Amino acid sequence: MQIYLPIADLPVNVFLVLGMGLAVGYISGMFGIGGGFLMTPLLIFIGISPAVAVATVSSHIAASSFTGAISYWRRRALDIALAMMLLSAGIVGTATGVWLFTELRALDQLDLVIGLSYVTLLTVVGGMMIYESVQAVMRTRRGGPATLRRPGSHTWIHGLPFKLRFKRSKIYVSAIPVWAIGFLIGFVGAIMGIGGGFLLVPMLIYFLRVPTATVIGTSMVLTLITMASATVMHAATNHLVDAVLALILMVGGVIGAQFGARTGQKMRGERLRLLLGLLVFAVGLRFAYELVVQPEDLYSLRYVGNG
Amino acid sequence: MMRRLATALALLFVACSAGPAAAERLVVSLSNHRVAVTSNFVGEELVLFGTIEPDQATGQLRPPYDLVVTVTGPQQTLRTRRKQRVLGIWVNVDSREFVSVPSYLAVLSNRPVAEIADQETLRKLQIGLNYFLLPQRIGPDVADTVTDDPFRRAFVRLQRQQGLYRESSTAVTFLTPTVFRTAIAMPAAVPTGTYAIEVELFSQGKLVARTNSALEVIKAGFEQYVADAARDYGLLYGMATALMALLIGWFASVVFRRD
Repeated sequence: MQIYLPIADLPVNVFLVLGMGLAVGYISGMFGIGGGFLMTPLLIFIGISPAVAVATVSSHIAASSFTGAISYWRRRALDIALAMMLLSAGIVGTATGVWLFTELRALDQLDLVIGLSYVTLLTVVGGMMIYESVQAVMRTRRGGPATLRRPGSHTWIHGLPFKLRFKRSKIYVSAIPVWAIGFLIGFVGAIMGIGGGFLLVPMLIYFLRVPTATVIGTSMVLTLITMASATVMHAATNHLVDAVLALILMVGGVIGAQFGARTGQKMRGERLRLLLGLLVFAVGLRFAYELVVQPEDLYSLRYVGNG
Repeated sequence: MMRRLATALALLFVACSAGPAAAERLVVSLSNHRVAVTSNFVGEELVLFGTIEPDQATGQLRPPYDLVVTVTGPQQTLRTRRKQRVLGIWVNVDSREFVSVPSYLAVLSNRPVAEIADQETLRKLQIGLNYFLLPQRIGPDVADTVTDDPFRRAFVRLQRQQGLYRESSTAVTFLTPTVFRTAIAMPAAVPTGTYAIEVELFSQGKLVARTNSALEVIKAGFEQYVADAARDYGLLYGMATALMALLIGWFASVVFRRD
């Protein structure tokens, strides 16, 4: 069944898009991430312009992270204070990202920047995740302790001023790294059409030593608010959010996420991280391939205006 | 405007050189003057019918005739970009802006336009993709370039791939020597707006009669509502979309609640 998308201006198969929503939703539920880094490339692949894909995916991530956030809220497994602190910087990051997005689009370099950011971010983060989880798997094989959190071990980050106490997460850290992380996530999310969950969770664990119990819930609250505001900002400045496409994606996404979460709970933590690392790395390589290999058509068209 | 002026001049030129006043008259009818883009729109085909009639009771018809139908969509400005390898990766390095060119352009005829009339006539009347004026912005100037300019070629090729530009030398069928029909294919990605249809009749390489018609492509129903809202009330539209996301997220958490 074909449906015509009013903003993307092309007809798509409803079941194909719904299926993509289900598949990405399944993965996002399994790993506790938004899945934007998979959804945006998939949409570009079926012919939706990168700009519309990035803008629309933000609303899809808002929906799936809201579902996640509610279930973590019920279990009291999120740190609202930390999320709000990250958020105050995240909004600034999102606004900066949307502004840069608009500028780059005018310069014809948006596709390149999206491509390059995907390559760099995904291969680096994916590589690190693979390395870390392989080590963890080896450690458990040898029978050693698999724990990553070493209480009491402090880095230079803990020496920074403006210290704040986050009761729920039981941490006492400077506001500076919290703001820096929040800004980065908001910025990257707006440019790349990703929620940044797969970046935020490791950063919160490694830099701020947030305990695993609250980290995913907190990340989801942040993702929810940055992506909801990115939706509004993209719609207000670039008029590129396709509500019909978003609706189909959301319905598929939230259903898929429920089944993914069940699978995820049955798997061991380090195995899950290894799988996610491989997935992230593979998507990064796919983007690198596209940039390096000569495109089939060197020419492309871009709509400038009417008249 | 330029095109109208050019064709008017050409018409004068042809009329003068043809000697006696035109003896033919074209009567055309379009199957549908309004194409509605709705949520299940996947493209549409319109049919144009027409007859060639003697202008006066005494007018003599001079078959065989050649017919060219040119359909032009609302004007757009598009940028053609070319990728080049820079430091190992492919980057858009060069671009040309095509100013006020038709977003849709179909040239339909009963045989190749190059066989219908000579180059000079085709250029004057802007008949055929090769002779249609596609002005480019080059620095401060706006001008059309030679037909084999790489950017112009790439532009036409990309538009053809989208189904937005087309040239068919078999699209016009003569049912009798004086009755013809042609199909105008509108792809799914057709832009909305007013489309002009020019019908030009040739006899022995000379333009002998012409007429025009128009059609309108509009977004209808829900599609139009969404597109208008996104354009005119961006902020409100964004908030509504965000709210929709929250509702669906909340709804899913209620439906799938397990604890």
